[in-house]
Amino acid sequence: MNSIKELLEKKAANVLSIYFTAGFPQLNDTVPIIQELSKSSADFIEVGLPYSDPLADGTTVQNSSQQALQNGINLDVVFDQLIEIKETNSTPLVLMGYLNQLIKYGEEKFCQRVVDCGIDTVIIPDLPMVEYENHYQALFAKYGISNVFLITPLTSEERIRKIDAYSKSFIYMVASSSITGAKGEISQDQIDYFERIKSMNLQSKLIIGFGISNHTTFSKACKYANGAIIGSAFIKFLEKNGVQAIPGFIKEIKQ
Amino acid sequence: MKSKYQPNKDGYFGQFGGAFIPELLYPNVKEIEDNYIQIIESEEFQNEYKNLLKDYVGRPSPLYYAKRLSEKYQAHIYLKREDLNHTGAHKVNNTIGQILIAKKLGKTQIIAETGAGQHGVATATVCALMGLDCTVFMGEKDIERQAPNVARMKMLGAKVVAATSGSKTLKDATNEAIRYWIQNPHTFYLIGSVVGPHPHPDMVARLQAVISEEMKWQLKEKTGKENPDTIIACVGGGSNAAGAFYHYLDDEDVGLIAVEAAGLGVKSGKSAATSQLGEVGIIHGSKTILMQDKYGQIVEPYSISAGLDYPGVGPLHAFLHETKRVQFMSATDREALVAAYELTKTEGIIPALETAHALAILPKLSFSKDQVVVINLSGRGDKDLETYIKHLED
Repeated sequence: MNSIKELLEKKAANVLSIYFTAGFPQLNDTVPIIQELSKSSADFIEVGLPYSDPLADGTTVQNSSQQALQNGINLDVVFDQLIEIKETNSTPLVLMGYLNQLIKYGEEKFCQRVVDCGIDTVIIPDLPMVEYENHYQALFAKYGISNVFLITPLTSEERIRKIDAYSKSFIYMVASSSITGAKGEISQDQIDYFERIKSMNLQSKLIIGFGISNHTTFSKACKYANGAIIGSAFIKFLEKNGVQAIPGFIKEIKQ
Repeated sequence: MKSKYQPNKDGYFGQFGGAFIPELLYPNVKEIEDNYIQIIESEEFQNEYKNLLKDYVGRPSPLYYAKRLSEKYQAHIYLKREDLNHTGAHKVNNTIGQILIAKKLGKTQIIAETGAGQHGVATATVCALMGLDCTVFMGEKDIERQAPNVARMKMLGAKVVAATSGSKTLKDATNEAIRYWIQNPHTFYLIGSVVGPHPHPDMVARLQAVISEEMKWQLKEKTGKENPDTIIACVGGGSNAAGAFYHYLDDEDVGLIAVEAAGLGVKSGKSAATSQLGEVGIIHGSKTILMQDKYGQIVEPYSISAGLDYPGVGPLHAFLHETKRVQFMSATDREALVAAYELTKTEGIIPALETAHALAILPKLSFSKDQVVVINLSGRGDKDLETYIKHLED
């Protein structure tokens, strides 16, 4: 079974996922960040693969990606870092990157290295459903990799049903029409949208992301989904307080 | 007429094209995809579009026989005078068309990206004309080097937003426009070239196709034949070339030449010659050829011309390159500057720096005496005077 699905079957509420950019703030911070998050009992971790032109990301992720690339990160370095902790790390990992990275690296080679690192779940925000159906579904199936689909307040019910059928790990529920890191409280419109999706009784577990930044927004999101993802707020915290301070961040969210 | 150069239902020209967009953009793109052909082909649209092109833009743009240039290169050289359009370039053909589509879709807020500022000005112009709200994203670096166009956009009432990410040029302005579009799905993204997710490349090509539509009857009048032997156009994203080639794509006897910006030289590391330096990948929602490193990170291009330093090329052009229907050549900064001065002194026409790249390959070609050559004179050089004056002494 997919590692995230397995996790979500055991723990269906208040699941906390943390997103961070590999190779940021320092090139070799990738492993220590995973270890600290794991010790602080983040439930699963999204490892961002830095990209030069991340269309779905806001300034925080863009800047951290730029810095990571300047630090010398690339896919080979990330995979080398991740394979190092394959045996010792028990917190499930998800890779998040853009499709061009995969294409240029070699799709088969990419999948093989993902599997070699003990990872079985990827998020590729610019991989559209039609391309998945035509090509990537078969490719990922061959390697036992699950692709996570995003849904938004504007995704039609018909499309959500289709995505539900394709999802083997979880559905990434984008909290609003926004890019990552968008600020603010959770509005009534968003709650209406969360409730609408909840009432669809999908077979897939739901994790909410984009704009989740603190204890308040996290616990609110968890009322309507199985858990939530924090990214930009964590990256900002990391930049300011360093890797050693991670347990404090997680404690604050989970309080 | 169904040409093999039109996209299939998923927006592919051969292996290039498609719509590689985040789910967040799906409804926006779908709305346009479901409606654009029907709107463009409607009588109401065609009437409005043609009337505005005639009375507001000043079309048909003349097809001018460049006598002295022809003598110099021993060929019959015609210039398609897109530089005489209102706002000074071919860009307005597309913005007029798209603003009518936006209105038909009930949109009131328009966003656009711009490199040299020509598309930004053309967008700000049609927004003023229609009384619509306009925001233009422009790389911080381009804002500095294209000051007159920034001033024009502001006078026209547009808000100019500096793109400060990445290389701070056209690529990043496009990223910022797309990010804004994601966050403001009710806006209409008036894209400036034959790039982006399907159906944008096809939509823009159809709207620029008026260039070659006119060339056909103008050439017939002047030479007795609709088809020239050769058409030359510069390519950044590729909208003026798409327009100049469009109605000739299936006429295999017409030689088509696309000229990219070589910058300081194709192998110098400071270039924008995508067809020579690029590989297959995805940029701005489209599978095409683009300049990238071995890990798929997009490489920052370079050209003296802010309208040509784009790391990709529209998917139709990637297909035309792959199938060898179009011959891709390149011209350096220096060659373009020399060509701009040459046209100015032989014909009294100051071309845009982008256009100067198309002119710059004339010395590299050999012509037969009766050869009919059309150069698409995509824009005028007013915006580039500062650069031209700086190099006057060289």
